Amino acid sequence: MKQGVAPDELTRPFWEAANAGRLVIQRCAACDRLQHPPSRRCGECRADTALEWRQMSGRGVIQNYAVVHDSPVRLLQADQPFNVAVIALEEDSDIQMYSHLPGTPVDEVPLGAAVEVIFEATANGQRVPEWRVVGAEA
Amino acid sequence: MKAHNAPAAMFRANEGMGLWEHRGKVAAVGIGHSPTARRWDGQPETSVGAISLLALRRAIEDAGVDPAAIDGLVLDPTTTTGAHWPKGRPVPAEMLNAFAATDDPLDGLAQLSAPWVLKNMPELSGVKFAMHGDGCMTRAICVAAQAVGDGLAHTCLVLKAWHNYAGRYGQGGASAGDALPGNVAIRALWGTPVCYGTALQFAEYCRKYGKRHEMMAPFMENSRRNGLLFPEGYWAQHRPEEITAEDYNAARWIAKPANLLDNDLPIMAAAAYLFTTADRARHMRQKPVYILGHASSRTRTRSMTATLDEVEADTARTARKLYEGAGISAADVSFENMYDGFTLFHQFHIEGLGYRGLKFGEALDFYQTDISIAGPNPVQPSGGNIGCGRTRFWMHTDCIQQLQGRAGRRQVTGVKPEVAVSGGPMPMGGDFMVWSATPG
Ligand SMILES: [Zn+2]
Repeated sequence: MKQGVAPDELTRPFWEAANAGRLVIQRCAACDRLQHPPSRRCGECRADTALEWRQMSGRGVIQNYAVVHDSPVRLLQADQPFNVAVIALEEDSDIQMYSHLPGTPVDEVPLGAAVEVIFEATANGQRVPEWRVVGAEA
Repeated sequence: MKAHNAPAAMFRANEGMGLWEHRGKVAAVGIGHSPTARRWDGQPETSVGAISLLALRRAIEDAGVDPAAIDGLVLDPTTTTGAHWPKGRPVPAEMLNAFAATDDPLDGLAQLSAPWVLKNMPELSGVKFAMHGDGCMTRAICVAAQAVGDGLAHTCLVLKAWHNYAGRYGQGGASAGDALPGNVAIRALWGTPVCYGTALQFAEYCRKYGKRHEMMAPFMENSRRNGLLFPEGYWAQHRPEEITAEDYNAARWIAKPANLLDNDLPIMAAAAYLFTTADRARHMRQKPVYILGHASSRTRTRSMTATLDEVEADTARTARKLYEGAGISAADVSFENMYDGFTLFHQFHIEGLGYRGLKFGEALDFYQTDISIAGPNPVQPSGGNIGCGRTRFWMHTDCIQQLQGRAGRRQVTGVKPEVAVSGGPMPMGGDFMVWSATPG
């Protein structure tokens, strides 16, 4: 099971949206540019005034992956080995999120496959965006 | 004396800056290393503070200078990447008794500061310039080279040290907790070990260029072989074990395709150098090794982990900056000592440099040829972190020693050592040096 989350000021909208079943990503309105992980400033224009949260479609593709056999995180060690994939979002393929790809067998990750967002509970009940291969069994 | 972090302006992070204004005017004239250990045994005399003082004194002695004549000190205050002193654990009384303290009780125990060093080395009575180059030995070297060139100091010590405690590296702190702060959780909830990003990039590299993990084996064998010829190194001192292809291919996965041996071993060690002006260097004991240039990468990854495209664009950019500043081309490089902790990114560094004409995707085939210190194409004659333990400084010591002709049994014999490159840590995000046997 994933560790719990204590939302901080910067990322609270991301976590609150996840609890409501929505995926939101930070966007700089001045540059019309998405960024993830969230930051206090736009990575392009460095402005801190034009950042907003934009809802995503929840669709993406699997860009890359590695298989974790030795995690530093105690709560995940019972699940080893496990996939950690990189998901590229449909809205901007340069924006990435990590995923354990629930339902996908270890080291049998279909690169390039379409995925859709789901929301999974962590140790303290906070929900977190996860990704499932489209058409795979739940 | 207070010491601040080096300002961004001291680093050459942009293209088009032309020749380094102090090219060939700053030289390394002394090297000092402490003994190595796997972990701290709790004694003051083996603490990270003590081994730092030892390395500094050895560098001064090696250069044959009067400590009172030294006017600069640059060090990296951070002495670990994953072995943290637990919050609230008291500082051992033995440590408090053994050293002059600063206002931060963790100095000398779990970190360093220039004031701590100066308090505990009263012989450094002439230091007027002290600065921190936080992150790596290479960063501290850039700062010291720039400081000497700029005239902020004429004779400057550079120090990097590492501590390591009992327990598994990186598993304390947040990793052991039940909840993470939101900003940390965005990346850390997936439980990836530190080598994960490099593993991703290597996986992409293998797919793009049709390479396999097993093709790294000759690099591993060569690195450890060279490291066992480095008497200052951990493996030579404590575990003189070669790595065979069988060992490498049988090692357990950490984040497949990165295995245990692709990760360097955390150790305790300290190294120091003495830099001075080229004019002063001529009258000192050791043959000077001149700095032709330094360059830095401060490129930000667009999202979670740099893609192969981002890495390759940045290593090529770093090479252009480095060669432009030093006034050389890839053809001038006698040998390379780019960083290797993790092994699976060494090829990004040397392909970006175009070492021996390498293009992207060619390094693993290059590793199947003669890359030994006896051949015409030495790869990492230092042995790097794989050959000597995690410090990020073997590469620099080796460049200096090779160009001085005092690398001992590790001395390269297949090439004339004239110009060498070293640096890191990451292919995307690091600092890099060009060293030369002559002022250029
Ligand atoms: Zn912007």
